[in-house]
Amino acid sequence: MRSNSLTADLQPINKNIRKRFVLSRLHSLAGIVPLGIFMVEHLLTNSTALLGREKYNEQIHLIQSIPFLPLLEIFLVAIPLIFHAGYGIYLSMISKSNTQTYKYERNRLFFFQRVTGITTLVFIIYHVWSFRLAPVFYGTEINFDLVNSHLENVFVFSFYVIGVVGAVFHFSNGIRTGLITWGVTKGPASQRIAQRICLLFFAVFGVLGVTSLFAFI
Amino acid sequence: MSAEKVIRLKVKRKDQMDSESYWEEFAIPYRPNMNVISALMEIQRNPVNAEGTKVRSVAWEYNCLEEVCGACSMRINGKVRQACSTLVEKLEQPIQLEPMETFPVEKDLVVDRQRMFDALQKIKGWIPIDGTYAMGSGPLISSREQQEAYKFSTCMTCGCCLDACPNVNSGSPFIGPQALAQTKYFNMHPTGKLTKNERLEVVIGDEGISNCGNSQNCVEVCPKDIPLTTALAELNHEANRYALWSWLKK
Ligand code: HEM
Ligand code: SF4
Ligand code: SF4
Ligand code: FES
Repeated sequence: MRSNSLTADLQPINKNIRKRFVLSRLHSLAGIVPLGIFMVEHLLTNSTALLGREKYNEQIHLIQSIPFLPLLEIFLVAIPLIFHAGYGIYLSMISKSNTQTYKYERNRLFFFQRVTGITTLVFIIYHVWSFRLAPVFYGTEINFDLVNSHLENVFVFSFYVIGVVGAVFHFSNGIRTGLITWGVTKGPASQRIAQRICLLFFAVFGVLGVTSLFAFI
Repeated sequence: MSAEKVIRLKVKRKDQMDSESYWEEFAIPYRPNMNVISALMEIQRNPVNAEGTKVRSVAWEYNCLEEVCGACSMRINGKVRQACSTLVEKLEQPIQLEPMETFPVEKDLVVDRQRMFDALQKIKGWIPIDGTYAMGSGPLISSREQQEAYKFSTCMTCGCCLDACPNVNSGSPFIGPQALAQTKYFNMHPTGKLTKNERLEVVIGDEGISNCGNSQNCVEVCPKDIPLTTALAELNHEANRYALWSWLKK
């Protein structure tokens, strides 16, 4: 029987029922703090290619000299990424996109957030294999020429353009929704301004990312 | 002339809860200023389909006829809205009528919106005023707060927001934007605040706000222009704080 009793439920509150809430906040946090910051840093590092082969190789040496680099990579990038990607795929699977019927801007962004999540995943797997794991297994040196040899292939280059633009979109739009998830932008006016700033962010880092790719060929 | 004009309708029908849906077309005589309800009433008056066969008349729900009860929500040319406030003249023909399939479809366009009422019970959608004795009058509410609360009080549990939400579906436990907006409504009332934490428990629960993916369809389709996404963002803020503090206090 349903009851309209005014007293509090006497049932103990089950901790497990908060699981989704905690996972979703960790998902958002992982996307913004370690992954987002890493991606921005990574795009900036790669943009040194615009300053020429030497500058780029210098920058790579600098990063490779960070102490405990593999540990940082595992704990600050790989683990948050695997968690974020796994939970993100789950979230994508349970939502039922309806952009055909409701062609609203934010609904389309919601859809593209899911599409770019998947493209980013495919891209990252290929990218990490090419420039992080394969060199470890085969002992090749990571430098400008290695990147150049990959990007000279038109298909690989196009794949990189899509991958980079998709990832930058995903993070830019993720900042916009993240601001809502964390209750920062509450009303429509502040959300609109945040959306414009994120669009600017997307344009700046998208252009930077793609021009850096061109710098390698 | 205009009396000759016909309106073509295509209705997604279902004979009973466990049977298959099928489409049926109707052509009804046009009258000026018709809305979707008067078109359906025409079918009810003369239940003959476009092929001229007599059929069971189409079932749907309505009450107020002025967009305040929420009973007549359905998908009209794909989009969810109230049949009583939708003018036939403004629609492309054939006019497609479908039930809100996010809810269990009972018959033709009739759906069971019980989950929304259950959700209101879960979030304790009421103000506890008196117990075993009268507790006197409550604190005053400023007119600004009254104005803000008023918008949320106009929710007619019509279900449009749930039907348009990509994250309210059989695969997700989400209670949906309507109940969450009502949580904000009851939490902002000075007496309702007394049960705020109990409501926030639902908000941070598995059926709660974490299921929202910020597509913001809900606010776009709400016929009452309720600022649903503002309520969602405010609840995010409160839920995050509440979850963290209540955990730290353990
Ligand atoms: C690798 C595969 C990835 C997948 C499958 C994926 C998937 C998703 C999905 C589905 C969402 C939407 C969550 C929601 O609406 O509730 C999302 C949000 C987000 N993602 Fe990803 N993502 C991936 C990688 C990344 C990367 C590399 C970054 C950082 C550069 C990132 C940053 C974000 C941010 C900031 C959000 C917003 C969180 C929020 O709305 O609170 N994601 N991701
Ligand atoms: S903003 Fe959230 S609640 Fe509203 S339609 Fe989108 S996912 Fe559903
Ligand atoms: S919030 Fe708006 S769309 Fe949702 S049930 Fe209430 S009135 Fe209908
Ligand atoms: S009949 Fe009441 S809202 Fe349409």
